[in-house]
Amino acid sequence: MRIVVCVKFVPDIQSDRQLGPDGRVVRDGGDGTLNELDENAVEAALALAEEHDGQVVVLTVGPDDAVDAVRKGLQMGADEAVHVLDDDIAGADAIGTATVLAAAVRRLSEDAPVDLVVTGMAGLDGLTSLLPTAIAELLDLPALPLASSLTVDPVAGTATVTRRLDHATETLTADLPVLVSVTDGINEPRYPNFKGIMAARKKPVTTWTLADLGVDPATVGAAGARTRVLEAAPRPPREDRVLVTDTGDAGARLAAWLVERKLV
Amino acid sequence: MTVTPVLVLLDHAPDGSLRPPVRELLTLARGVAGEAGVHGVWAGDEDLDAALPVLAAQGVSTVHRLVTAADVHLSAVLADGLEAALGASGASLLLLVSSFDNKEAAARLAVRTGAGVVTDADGLTVEDGAVVAHKTVLAGTWTTRCAVSAPSAIVTVKANAVPAQDAASPSSPQVVDLPVEVRAGSTRVRLVERTEHAASGRPDLGSANVVVVGGRGTEGDFTAVEELADVLGGAVGATRVATDEGWIGHDAQIGQTGVTVSPRLYVGAGVSGAVHHRGGMQASGTIVAVNSDPDAPIFEIADFGIVGDLFTVLPQAAAELRRLQG
Ligand SMILES: Cc1cc2nc3c(=O)[nH]c(=O)nc-3n(C[C@H](O)[C@H](O)[C@H](O)COP(=O)(O)OP(=O)(O)OC[C@H]3O[C@@H](n4cnc5c(N)ncnc54)[C@H](O)[C@@H]3O)c2cc1C
Repeated sequence: MRIVVCVKFVPDIQSDRQLGPDGRVVRDGGDGTLNELDENAVEAALALAEEHDGQVVVLTVGPDDAVDAVRKGLQMGADEAVHVLDDDIAGADAIGTATVLAAAVRRLSEDAPVDLVVTGMAGLDGLTSLLPTAIAELLDLPALPLASSLTVDPVAGTATVTRRLDHATETLTADLPVLVSVTDGINEPRYPNFKGIMAARKKPVTTWTLADLGVDPATVGAAGARTRVLEAAPRPPREDRVLVTDTGDAGARLAAWLVERKLV
Repeated sequence: MTVTPVLVLLDHAPDGSLRPPVRELLTLARGVAGEAGVHGVWAGDEDLDAALPVLAAQGVSTVHRLVTAADVHLSAVLADGLEAALGASGASLLLLVSSFDNKEAAARLAVRTGAGVVTDADGLTVEDGAVVAHKTVLAGTWTTRCAVSAPSAIVTVKANAVPAQDAASPSSPQVVDLPVEVRAGSTRVRLVERTEHAASGRPDLGSANVVVVGGRGTEGDFTAVEELADVLGGAVGATRVATDEGWIGHDAQIGQTGVTVSPRLYVGAGVSGAVHHRGGMQASGTIVAVNSDPDAPIFEIADFGIVGDLFTVLPQAAAELRRLQG
């Protein structure tokens, strides 16, 4: 079984994240990291590969630093890594990024068939959750998004997930190849150990450009983006903040404050 | 101003009643629609009669009722239906309630139609002929305005983005059956099972105006949290710690990987305000925090913070509110 995991390099959510004047997330603070939710995707892929004797390729699209995201995947135990790196990708929106990732998966499947594409449920920078299903649509794959559990039956050639939506819980199944996105509830990601870190140094990271993938730069990146940030500003600080230490009447004071603010 | 109508997906419960945020979306839609007005799209076999008075009050002119044997709970099938409805209505702007399933359909539609898509908007304007969505990003710490440069736009809108208001003059919506050609690929996913979550008797967490949240500090006793929620007519939420401990269902988890809420009023009790939790609530209108630790990070974002024991503060607040409300 061959599994491709799409991962993203994002600013650490514990850091002071900023938007630049162009409305893009500032990515040069040196505190970038593998998107936490993608660790669950890597873990899910590694667990399946171990169970069914498979191979895992980690794939990312992003600037120079983004290679750190796939390196972390290699340290966790992935076999191969691909980094799509091209200045013309800067400013891509979710659909543009999905277009590049889909092209890279297509290219990978020319070497050997890809049975499963796995992603995290969202990138913690944009949090749009659009990407997984967009990749599936571009590759004409069935999508099983938001999996909180995932099983693959290699004999039947099917994947089955359960997922929790706002109003219902669903079990979905589809024939391979499929795309699956996973939640952080699906597993506990492993930490890279010393052996994994050493082994990762020897593993190759393939770098592809848009030309390597046959993707027209005009369709992705800022040139192809269908949305444009006009304005970005830090949210103004909250005004008139109150902090009290309870001396016996704080509950009553809260009630009065809520009434005064017309919040009840 | 757009001359084409604005199309709104009419999310509804299994009994055919509209989900509360739909009225907000219709209100927003009217604000940008101009002459061509607002159309709705109804996906599902449920009877829409119960929804008609609301749609009339909202001034909806036409409802496209999708007709298909395939299950519209599959997002690829929903995308097929929405594509048909975009065609039938001629709309160049589609509004959907921000939910995971709706975003899945939005992603597919955007790929197919070349539309620009913005998710989790909390406001909408038309500027120089372009749809502009307003949204907060990076866990509610930044606000942005984002223009769609493609000829058509898909915007998913968060609950409580605007107060719902009826139209100045009601309409008599025309319901039109719309046969949907389902793509061969769309039914490759099979829905083995679907269990609707039981109604709690309280408002929906995702769209409630008021949310009262319990964290580890409740030590599993949600009585005080529930009591305050009921006095305020609000929903009950929880941190991941509380749901992982099994103190309350997983559906109650608020945060980056749980439900995102932006109610008018958020009350967090025994909640530390970890960054993962803040991502799901920091955009709330007013934030109240009750925590025994004066250094809890949630106080950094609270409009009203109380350093105290939730087991005394919450019941006192509930009792006082009951008294004030008479
Ligand atoms: C990948 C990932 C994703 C995550 N996603 C989410 C998510 O979506 N949502 C989420 O909530 N968390 C999430 N978490 C967990 C998150 O990091 C925190 O662990 C969690 O939010 C803490 O919950 P808490 O505030 O209830 O508990 P704690 O952080 O333990 O805080 C409990 C607070 O209660 C106070 N307290 C104790 N007793 C009382 C009392 N009697 N009265 C008043 N106050 C009292 C304490 O002072 C303390 O501040 C995620 C973590 C990871 C790693």
